[in-house]
Amino acid sequence: MSETKLDYNKKELPDKLVRLGYALLIIGTVLGIVGYYTDSTRAAYTYLLMFMFVLSVGVGSLFFVALEYLAGADWSTPIRRVPEYLASTIPFLAILVIPLLFSIHDLFHWSHAEAVAEDKLLAGKAPYLNTTFFIIRVFACIAIWGIFYLFMIRNSQKQDATGNQNLTTKNIRLAAIFMPVFAITISIAAIDWMMSLEPHWFSTIFGVYFFSGTVLASLAAITFVVVMLKEKGYFSKRITNDHLYSLGALMFVFINFWAYIAFSQYMLIWYADLPEETFWFMQRWEGSWAVFSILLIIIHFVIPYAGLLSQPAKKDPKRLKIMSLWILFAHFYDLYWLIMPNMEASKQGYVFSWIDFTFPVAMIGLIIIIFNMRNKKSNLMPVGDPKLERGLNFRL
Amino acid sequence: MNTEKKLYGLTALFDTPDEIIKAAEKVSGSGYEKFDVHTPYPVHGMDDAMKLKPSKLGIITLLFGLAGAGTALLFMYWALTLDYPMVIGGKPYFALPAFIPVTFEVTVLLATLSTVIGMLTFFFRFPENDHPLHDSEYMKHVSKDKYGIAIFAEGPKFNESAVKDLFQSLGGKNIQVVYYPVKEIYPVFQPKFILFLALVAIITSGGTYFTLNKLMFMDPFNWMMNQQREIPQSRSHFFEDGFSMRVPVQGTVARGFMPYPYKDEPVPGEVLSNPTFPARENIELGQNKYLTFCSPCHGDYGDGDSRLRGQFPNPPTFHSNRSREMSDGMLYHIITVGQNVMPGYASQVTREERWAIVNYIRVLQRAKNATDADVEMIKKESASNVGN
Repeated sequence: MSETKLDYNKKELPDKLVRLGYALLIIGTVLGIVGYYTDSTRAAYTYLLMFMFVLSVGVGSLFFVALEYLAGADWSTPIRRVPEYLASTIPFLAILVIPLLFSIHDLFHWSHAEAVAEDKLLAGKAPYLNTTFFIIRVFACIAIWGIFYLFMIRNSQKQDATGNQNLTTKNIRLAAIFMPVFAITISIAAIDWMMSLEPHWFSTIFGVYFFSGTVLASLAAITFVVVMLKEKGYFSKRITNDHLYSLGALMFVFINFWAYIAFSQYMLIWYADLPEETFWFMQRWEGSWAVFSILLIIIHFVIPYAGLLSQPAKKDPKRLKIMSLWILFAHFYDLYWLIMPNMEASKQGYVFSWIDFTFPVAMIGLIIIIFNMRNKKSNLMPVGDPKLERGLNFRL
Repeated sequence: MNTEKKLYGLTALFDTPDEIIKAAEKVSGSGYEKFDVHTPYPVHGMDDAMKLKPSKLGIITLLFGLAGAGTALLFMYWALTLDYPMVIGGKPYFALPAFIPVTFEVTVLLATLSTVIGMLTFFFRFPENDHPLHDSEYMKHVSKDKYGIAIFAEGPKFNESAVKDLFQSLGGKNIQVVYYPVKEIYPVFQPKFILFLALVAIITSGGTYFTLNKLMFMDPFNWMMNQQREIPQSRSHFFEDGFSMRVPVQGTVARGFMPYPYKDEPVPGEVLSNPTFPARENIELGQNKYLTFCSPCHGDYGDGDSRLRGQFPNPPTFHSNRSREMSDGMLYHIITVGQNVMPGYASQVTREERWAIVNYIRVLQRAKNATDADVEMIKKESASNVGN
């Protein structure tokens, strides 16, 4: 309450970790390319899975930054650089998406002209689901996120040097515009990349479903990084377990939110029992997918819910580390469950393949490298932010 | 008088939250077994300063939450699959997805209610309206503009003057010694009190009755009840003859009504002939109706052995020569208009059913007086059935 010293020294990530990042990126990419020549469809689906995961963590982190500004929260100000760094994958999405655009024909049934000609439903959806408009939407979404990312992060970085409070006001305005735009773009991304894999199916809650997973995954990534960096002394010592508790509590909230949305989607479709909607769930009940679906509930809801229920659990760094890694895995599992059953080869049941793990391995390396790049350029704590002092003094 | 009072503890007041946190840290470190801090609003960091253990209230919430989930789920399972299985919307009896929202609601309801009630009763010892700190200067201040700390007279380390010194060294103001209040006991059954209760009961019930039934009385949805219409069985002011129920036009016949013109026929058996064919369905209908309407008096096999144990004169058997020689028309006539003490059954049994009963009576009669040829036929038939 009386301390005013910031007690922060800039430190760079250890070389070992960065080398590990490059190693993972190279190994994953090489194996992925090998996978592409063995089974191009499978590799395309795996790449899509990886892309959606990077998108989740990046855009979710940007949402977290915007949320902090908009809500006027100060507890998260000292750790805000972590979501900012994680969000810096957003500009890279424009490059990462290019291989996907070349495999649109492998991934999306609606891109087959002869299939659309035969199918009345697909013909009706063609004004929206056609290759040209699809590519426009993809780049428009990435551009919108990128613009907000660049402006918000630049303002935040400038503040380190100048301490100008007007930059915070500017960012609050940006955040207010970003929120509705985010709501629309994240729904479009979810519908385009994942719902349209099965173009006959539709669910109006799907965008919200992906949003809940996105925010949960980015919160888990933020928590994991914050706990690790805090333990290694990268932050000021004045960041306490109370800050961690807030992150844990938010994760807990979004675990419940995801369960609520996922159950709402399931129950409405189950209750209405319309064949044009239920077949999507029936597909995920085919063969070994049934076990996979049941496990989704346990992995994505039951285990993290039980793990984070009590108050001490949300404060315990060790528990938070394990749970945040688990939630990241759960999000991966969720995306796998959404994307993979659409693949022709695994329609009858879950088929394991080593290719599924090539690109995700590369992705971990990529995130480490990008994080390190950003960390070199700026302070890990927003030293010029007017809310920093209050944020450090935050107590439950 | 003062010497009889039991010591409760000592209190001190502080001006700022920083001071109270420091005081709480000092007091919790100095080994007094029981102390408490009172502030007008929650002060951040107080839990750590007081070295409080995590509250046990969460356990109550968890237990009752689980109990709520279990009760709701088990009740719906019992009600909709065991006690009264019902198909709703083509779903299975145990429709788990449909039960989950209700389970969730009951879980939240029980968890929150039990938390509040548990907090009040176990942790606050509700109502405890003779708490020593009640109505003290101390309590007035700590619920308004000061931060207070109280050390209770418990444990071996407690020493009045030492605590006073501690408070003074911390900069506490208004240091006060608090005693348990003298217990005041009033008998419950005082005539005045009982009279007062009775008066309150009369006034509230009378007031409620008057307010709801007279003062604020409203007819809800009365447009159906208070419409212009004739009430059956009551006097009409519209029709000249004063009847609100009208008589049908002369010669009106009810739907499906078939007049029976042979009531006074001297020899009805010769006029009426059986219009039905004794097929299996017809016989089965006759059996059904016979067992319902005829068998109480005539017996299950037409032997005239009544089930009424002499409360009603036994009818003759159907297996006498006289009965067997009666024509179908005669039997039909008897069922329709009655004979001797037997009433007519025209109003209860339809025309078709009456003919079916006649056919069934013929079956009973033939069965009782079967010939060798009949036995041969049955044997043949059962043999062919086995062959099937």
